[in-house]
Amino acid sequence: MSTGSSDLGRGWSRLQVGRRLVLGVPYLWLCLFFLVPLVIVFGISFSTPKIAMPPIEPLVSYGADRVLQLRLYLSNYTFIAQDSLYVAAFANSLKVAFVSTVLALLLGYPMAYGIARAPRNWRSVLFLLVVLPFFTSFLLRVYAWIGLLSRAGPINTVLLKLGIIHEPLVMLQTDFAVYLGMVYSYLPFMVLPLYSAIEKLDPSLLEAAADLGCRPIKAFFRVTLPLTSEGILAGCLLVFIPSVGEYVIPAVLGGPGTLMIGRVLWEEFFNNRDWPLASAVAVLLLLLLVGFIVVLQRVQAREPASE
Amino acid sequence: MNRRLSPFILTMLCLGFAFLYVPIILMVVYSFNASRLVTVWDSVHSPTLKWYVELMSNGEVLEAARLSFKVAALNATGSTILGTLAAFCLVRFGKFRGRSLFVGLTTAPMVLPEVITGLSMLLVFVAMEQVIGWPAGRGATTITIAHMTFCLAYVTVVVQARLSTFDRSLEEAALDLGARPAKVFFVITLPIIAPSVVSGWLLAFILSWDDLVITSFVSGPGSTTLPQLIFSKVRLGVSPDINALATLLVLTVTIAVIGVGLALQRRERRLVLEAEEAREVPA
Repeated sequence: MSTGSSDLGRGWSRLQVGRRLVLGVPYLWLCLFFLVPLVIVFGISFSTPKIAMPPIEPLVSYGADRVLQLRLYLSNYTFIAQDSLYVAAFANSLKVAFVSTVLALLLGYPMAYGIARAPRNWRSVLFLLVVLPFFTSFLLRVYAWIGLLSRAGPINTVLLKLGIIHEPLVMLQTDFAVYLGMVYSYLPFMVLPLYSAIEKLDPSLLEAAADLGCRPIKAFFRVTLPLTSEGILAGCLLVFIPSVGEYVIPAVLGGPGTLMIGRVLWEEFFNNRDWPLASAVAVLLLLLLVGFIVVLQRVQAREPASE
Repeated sequence: MNRRLSPFILTMLCLGFAFLYVPIILMVVYSFNASRLVTVWDSVHSPTLKWYVELMSNGEVLEAARLSFKVAALNATGSTILGTLAAFCLVRFGKFRGRSLFVGLTTAPMVLPEVITGLSMLLVFVAMEQVIGWPAGRGATTITIAHMTFCLAYVTVVVQARLSTFDRSLEEAALDLGARPAKVFFVITLPIIAPSVVSGWLLAFILSWDDLVITSFVSGPGSTTLPQLIFSKVRLGVSPDINALATLLVLTVTIAVIGVGLALQRRERRLVLEAEEAREVPA
């Protein structure tokens, strides 16, 4: 017994040494390639552009009298605040993300409900069918809509043949196409958490409601919906957050007027080569999302107390 | 109680799946269309394989595919190792100093908008080049490092889920019997969490293989990945060779995902059977 415990003790002490290494490698990696980069973005957002490589005015420099100088410019932030384009882009990103999230929820909830209540042997097949698009190229799935929505595409052809419309609809490069692309791309993210929430729900609760004379629709709103609210919240977050910073969908399906903040950042960086301004846009977008998540957590933390 | 799905739910299911799959199916169908005007079906010469033939002789596409494959494989391997380590720390190490920061660092890359990740990675590479002279320029190395950082978060989640459900007493028994922690990990832990490690690798490979936004920020001249090449073509509109390429990619990924899924399921079933047999023998 005594030897056993000392062996165990040695095992754990070895673990203590190895522990540092096991933890250190991923920790260091994430600090160096995730945390430090964000700090650098924050720093560079206070710089100004310069024609050089990299095109940034260094924050820290030696002045004429050989004194180390730290120069911070607020010009990027004041520029963003004053130029209506940036404000409009932020507002439009939030609007597009919000509408897409609601649409994805309206389509995703019945789907998730159907999958969770389908016969058992069907469930895993349907589940796989929802997950599969997630694995196929995002870019190509967005691209697939270009052909569908184009002037001579299948949708217009069918509608013209049926006589519903007399002239081809303009669908590409509109906000409509952007919403469609968003819902299409992020629908699996909505369905998955909803599915697991609905599957956990005990059907006998609904039976009890029915026995007590509750109509199915009322039971849905009083029983099913509140009990799956966590899944709803998770799904909405998974759709909303990536949608706000989305670049590919507005760039491929949207028109030149579809302003979204991810696209603005991209254009500042690649087309105007203004790295500091792009960094300032990135910082503001990050603050917006972090603020949003913090507020949501507060609301969520308060909810159980009020019930 | 009525267990059948209501007509409304059934309709929504059909609509939802049609919405998800009709665009992909049409893309596949049009890849066999002879007409250069992608959406106009040329019924005289179709179906044809000419776009596939053209694709296979397109050096640019093949070169980009080679680079993407190299980056994706390196990234998947690296991020699986790092992600498994991170998951192990989170599940097995209990409380340690800096844990909450670590949790944040392993989840944030999944929710951070790609444009921010891409920009910040580029800026750190530029700063590192100025300070220590590495990485010199940008290309496959910087793309791989950037991909590893965001893929490792996904691997961590997948492996973490598996680690937290498994019976810890197996590891403790091995430790009690005097096995070294590293041996316990490789002989006991790793075989048990293997399915999640394989899924993590596959997920990391696919995420990297598909990534456009982060790659665009951290790639240099002369290193164009497949998504970058596709994107530059997509911006000019639809073209039949992209449809052919898309078909090949969608089919490969679908077969790989279903294949790996089935293999893991079979392994799981075999393990359950073996465990049951082992339980029956002593009686």
